[in-house]
Amino acid sequence: MSSDDPALAYVKVSRLYGGAAAVDDVSLTIARGSFVALVGASGSGKSTLLRLANCLDIPDTGEVLVDGRNVAEADPIELRRGIGYVFQNIGLFPHMNVAENIAMIPRLAGRGPVDIAAALERVGLAADHAARLPAQLSGGQQQRVGIARALAGEGKLLLMDEPFGALDPVTRDMLGHMVRALHDDLDLTTILVTHDMAEALLLADRIVVMAQGRIVADASPRAMLAGTAGPEADALVAIPRAQAERLSALAR
Amino acid sequence: MNEAIAQLPALIASHVLLAAAAMGLALLIGLPLGFASARRPKLAVMSVGFAGLVQTIPGLALLALFYPLLLALSALVGGGVPALGFLPALLALTLYALLPILRNVVAGLQGIDPAVLQAADAVGMTPWQKLRLVEAPLAAPVAMAGIRTAAVWTIGAATLATTVGYPSLGNPIFAGLQIERWDLVLAGCIAAALLALITDALLGLIERGIGRRKKALTLSGVALLAFGLLLAVLPMLQAPERSVTIGAKNFSEQFILARLIGARLERAGYRVSYREGLGSAVAFRALQSGDIDVYVEYSGTLWTGAMGRSDTPPRQAMLDGIGRWMAAGPKTVLIGPLGFENAYALAVRPGGGLTSIADLASRAPRLTLGADLEFLDRPEWRAIRDAYDLRFKATRAYSPTFMYRALQSGQADVISAFSSDGRIAADHLTVLTDPRGAVPHYDAILLAAPARARDAHLLAALRPLVGSIRVEDMRAANYSVDRDTDKATPAAAARWLDRRMHR
Repeated sequence: MSSDDPALAYVKVSRLYGGAAAVDDVSLTIARGSFVALVGASGSGKSTLLRLANCLDIPDTGEVLVDGRNVAEADPIELRRGIGYVFQNIGLFPHMNVAENIAMIPRLAGRGPVDIAAALERVGLAADHAARLPAQLSGGQQQRVGIARALAGEGKLLLMDEPFGALDPVTRDMLGHMVRALHDDLDLTTILVTHDMAEALLLADRIVVMAQGRIVADASPRAMLAGTAGPEADALVAIPRAQAERLSALAR
Repeated sequence: MNEAIAQLPALIASHVLLAAAAMGLALLIGLPLGFASARRPKLAVMSVGFAGLVQTIPGLALLALFYPLLLALSALVGGGVPALGFLPALLALTLYALLPILRNVVAGLQGIDPAVLQAADAVGMTPWQKLRLVEAPLAAPVAMAGIRTAAVWTIGAATLATTVGYPSLGNPIFAGLQIERWDLVLAGCIAAALLALITDALLGLIERGIGRRKKALTLSGVALLAFGLLLAVLPMLQAPERSVTIGAKNFSEQFILARLIGARLERAGYRVSYREGLGSAVAFRALQSGDIDVYVEYSGTLWTGAMGRSDTPPRQAMLDGIGRWMAAGPKTVLIGPLGFENAYALAVRPGGGLTSIADLASRAPRLTLGADLEFLDRPEWRAIRDAYDLRFKATRAYSPTFMYRALQSGQADVISAFSSDGRIAADHLTVLTDPRGAVPHYDAILLAAPARARDAHLLAALRPLVGSIRVEDMRAANYSVDRDTDKATPAAAARWLDRRMHR
């Protein structure tokens, strides 16, 4: 890997499910340090595209490159330990306490002990959460632990698949800000899959819109709001914009 | 009762050994198969289906089926596979234990939240790490419940191992049922039930330990289980210098004679164990293969059974024929006849005007024949039936004890009695004569296994028994065990018989 290589690149990638293309001939390059939101309706292929990056799914054609290396030639186990992955259903190990969950990747990789207190502080949790079981935490706390677990691998690439989808709006907003701050502090490359355009506009540097397995728009939030990103993007942006206008109308 | 309790430690030891071995083997098969099945729906349908099918076979039948199966296997590989004793019991119990283990392992694994499994992949676990760190601990509580069920079943079903000649807590149960010694039956039942309860409690401790993630609880459960296992099998570890196994079929006379032989051999310095409750055909095979060393057979049984003859020669000619056949074929040793016969006979309640089987032919269509469990399948019955053209209204099979009850109560009109049976005299029954000589002779003959042919010490200890037991004494000894009140134990009857022989 050289520092010139993009953190993640898709080259003419397709993934078929039962004859239908979930991802259809997608090429996309994600620069190191960028915060990219992948937006689209359910079934648009955004989650599949994300899962191709850490080999949770395998492309039928095309290449996926992480740090310039074709993932098909990498050891998937090693690859995943170096990539943070956070998803909607969280998937904390229910029989392990918070500390054991967070320390999992270093433990698997045979690396030394993890500073659990620091890892918890990073995601806004007090150190006394370490000994608790996942079932004793609220949904928001669980996802904070999920993020801490993903970051404990010390990978620079963070994949997030609808990470706030199951949370209440307040928690959602708090976690969104926290993730953006972590991205900036830790020099991460973050890809956030979401169907919420407002969230994408507020958090990301770049928004990629998918529909039916293809990329239909790719622009900065500012360009999206300016209406120069194409009709699909406009349709998605129209919703939060209309909501915002109605809200400010109510306030008047 | 004291006698019943005295034999328990050795039986508990072999019972526990069998049940533990079967559980071990079932876990060895069931756990990997369960893990494989949980990921392959087709395999799950097949493996759980097969285990479920096995479960529908009655335990006794499953054990019985392994006998011919292992015989055939032994013939296929050129001998050496024991068809009786530990092996068939182990295999049958293992198959029996498989279903609850398999089903619960599959259910436990399939019940794991898919998100947790996805997370396991995403953090970079290898398949083995995923199994060890996530799947096994999360499936363990459900799997453990299945293991508990399997263990309790196995301990209960292990009592059936007695029927294939493996000593278990079924020995006192089956023997007690036969001679109506309910204290023996109770001793066996209570011991088996206690074993099952203790095992269930300890496995429950482990289950709770796993479920609540308390390592100390789990480990103490495992330690207690291991300790109990060791304690139970301790009596087995005292291996005797010279040991001999005496076989007995499933009726009082056989139990008494086995104890008589056993007492003689103990006096000669042998450590004696018993395999009681063997089926007629099974007993001789067991002798031939060396699973038992000594037992008492009846000449006619060998003649028509193992030798496959259908003629009925005079007494001495039959004995000579058996001697020659053994020397040529199975190499088992004919030590000699004991001096009395236990022939199949037909007996009726007195006062009906019947004296011979020939009288029976015209009345048979109005009468019910009560027979012991194997009589109706035996060539003797076919010989009698064909010689006298007997057609009964109905035939019913009973265990010997209940057969006499059936005759007394009128549920049966004619029964297949044994000429040495004490109940014939006690119940004043009429034994029908056999004017056409259809029933072969049934001299009680003492046999030894091929390996004992050169054991001069053993043969010398047993030869004094040859020609020394009178049929009246045998009847009296049998009756002392079979009668309804003031029952003697087979061992006590054997001691009485031994004393009578010297008069």
